[in-house]
Amino acid sequence: MMLRALPPASASPTAALPRMATRAARSGMGCVPSQMGPRLMGVRSFSTDPLAAETLSPPPGEIYTSEHLAIQDSIRRFVQKEINPHVDQWEAAGIFPAKDLFRKYGALGFLGLTKPVENGGQALDFTYSVAAAEALGEADCGGVPMAIGVQTDMATPALARFGSADVRRQFLTPSVSGEMVACLGVSEVGAGSDVALLTTSATKDGDDYVINGGKMWTTNGEQADWMCCLLNTSPAASAAEVHTNKTMVCIPMDTRGVSVSPRLDKLGMRSSDTVQVTFENVRVPQAFRIGDEGKGFIYQMHQFQEERLFCAAGALRPMQKIIDETAAYCSQRQVFGKPVLANQAVRFKLAELKTEVEELRALLYRAVAKYTAGDDVTLLASMCKLKTGRLARRVSDSCLQYWGGMGYMNETRVSRFYRDHRLFSIGGGADEVMLEIICKLGGLAPQMKGKK
Amino acid sequence: MITRSAAHSRVHRTFSRHLKVMVGVKRVIDYAVKIRVKPDKSGVETANVKMSMNPFDEIAVEEAVRLKEKKVATEIIAMTVGPTAAQEQLRTALAMGADRAVHVVTDAETLPIHVAKLMKAVCEKESPDLVILGKQAIDDDSNQTGQMLAALMDWPQGAFASAVSIKDGGLEVTREVDGGLETLAMKLPAVITADLRLNEPRYATLPNIMKAKKKKIDKFTTDELGVELKQHLKVLSVEDPPKREGGAKVESVDELIDKLRNVAKVID
Repeated sequence: MMLRALPPASASPTAALPRMATRAARSGMGCVPSQMGPRLMGVRSFSTDPLAAETLSPPPGEIYTSEHLAIQDSIRRFVQKEINPHVDQWEAAGIFPAKDLFRKYGALGFLGLTKPVENGGQALDFTYSVAAAEALGEADCGGVPMAIGVQTDMATPALARFGSADVRRQFLTPSVSGEMVACLGVSEVGAGSDVALLTTSATKDGDDYVINGGKMWTTNGEQADWMCCLLNTSPAASAAEVHTNKTMVCIPMDTRGVSVSPRLDKLGMRSSDTVQVTFENVRVPQAFRIGDEGKGFIYQMHQFQEERLFCAAGALRPMQKIIDETAAYCSQRQVFGKPVLANQAVRFKLAELKTEVEELRALLYRAVAKYTAGDDVTLLASMCKLKTGRLARRVSDSCLQYWGGMGYMNETRVSRFYRDHRLFSIGGGADEVMLEIICKLGGLAPQMKGKK
Repeated sequence: MITRSAAHSRVHRTFSRHLKVMVGVKRVIDYAVKIRVKPDKSGVETANVKMSMNPFDEIAVEEAVRLKEKKVATEIIAMTVGPTAAQEQLRTALAMGADRAVHVVTDAETLPIHVAKLMKAVCEKESPDLVILGKQAIDDDSNQTGQMLAALMDWPQGAFASAVSIKDGGLEVTREVDGGLETLAMKLPAVITADLRLNEPRYATLPNIMKAKKKKIDKFTTDELGVELKQHLKVLSVEDPPKREGGAKVESVDELIDKLRNVAKVID
């Protein structure tokens, strides 16, 4: 989940993207994963590698092998030791030491799960990213897992897939090791949910791009060494061209002309630094481009698909934790001579929420299994994202209520989650954007009825 | 056995070229899980409960890996006795740095004496120079297996080790005892059991987790090792600890003494 949003479903790239498979064109969103080649989608190594015969396969309905579980275990320990003891301090400071933390996390290899081996990664499939996102949910705040997610699954997937060997060596390798912090530049002041409207532009001058414009709500922006920036490399002459005039470029944040605003003051996710970035005649080599000119929009749509699934995975553990902590609190908190939990109204509500978290998990695992097998899961991923936003709000709001006065205090974790979780319905594609996509792909939009 | 011991003493005189360490690993309910007693009181609930490596065994594995990093140990074998799923804990040990593993597969309840006998059988196959175990498992808190193994093998033992170093071809083991530290010198082969403060175990890195799945796990049945799992103990009932009850205020010293004598029964 990120502090920016998806383009509206109405932004159909059908006409504009002739090279996209018909299914993607029909879907009106994103790319078909199977188009992206073997490295991109990965193969479920646990079922095809003969040396992996000893790997314990996932139980029915699950997607994690024994290696996934081992990775989760290691990540949880890292969170308990390197993140949780410092969270209160980072929340108060409005920033966490990304350089230091990413270097430690990178040294364990977890910034490179799905990244190419030549850049220091392990080239694993997307199920491993999802497993990691779930384990990061052990953190006592949303901000730090989000910042890690930006580094691993939001700002770098396109670079890993479409970047040249040189540009990957320059930006991806140090992002996998944790020496560099990455941020993503998509949203702008006038382009949040409607990405196609962005106005940051680059003109060519010799071998360089000269970039003007700016980005908004940039997570990691204050500490980032480079930005994966989506910008226009030609003006859009027609409405259809807004999908073919965009290019993705790596911009080193210390380049002359890049200026970063003071930290933005947010409702939640307070341990994560968020800024506004301005570009004034910023000159970077055209060699810093990711992939082809004009394909930036497609690359970003692809990045969004994974971001949405990552977001759902990251929300599971925190929701589970709040529900369990609330039950524990309510079983010892006495009201009118009995524990709060003795009221059926309270425990039935918690039981229902717990059930819904499992529903979301089932939907997520199904979407991820299909995605990893090469299917287009735009519809399921959008449903996952919608449900995550809605449910996270309901869980934190309902639970906070049962904490009474203590729920309103900043010292209880439930109030932090209440603030942090509010972002899930906004970042990475607002609920309304998800609903539009679901309408369109689910045959619920009026124009589709007419056509049939 | 005599020939084997002789062979061993040759080995440790020259152990700088080869020192094999075996580490015992037990699958237990994760330390963070709230334990629930089964309704029939036959034991504790383990179905759908998160299982992990016994934390003291992690310390044992870590110590072995450190010995290897110091180029003292040349090979680390992780060993477990337990159901098929206990393979997960062997994987953890392999991901932390063990080279290969031995899994004695059994679904039976095992007592420390069974595990010690099975470890002895594996020691006779593998001839390790050093066996490291956790001082106890957090499920049954028996604190017996290491000591029993040392007795069965007739090897020296350093239980509750808080520091281990190699000196003059033997071991120097520091133990935390009442009132201070006790330092023992012993020859190899030996058994040591790890105390909490011996070290702080590492997190497995991603490359090592992925490498672990290619490492070898040898499997044996208890029959193959010639050990009969005879049950010497019968569990009659497993109960929850008594619920804590609220205290009461006393009015006078006399009343206090009366309560201590007749209610708490802590004085005569």
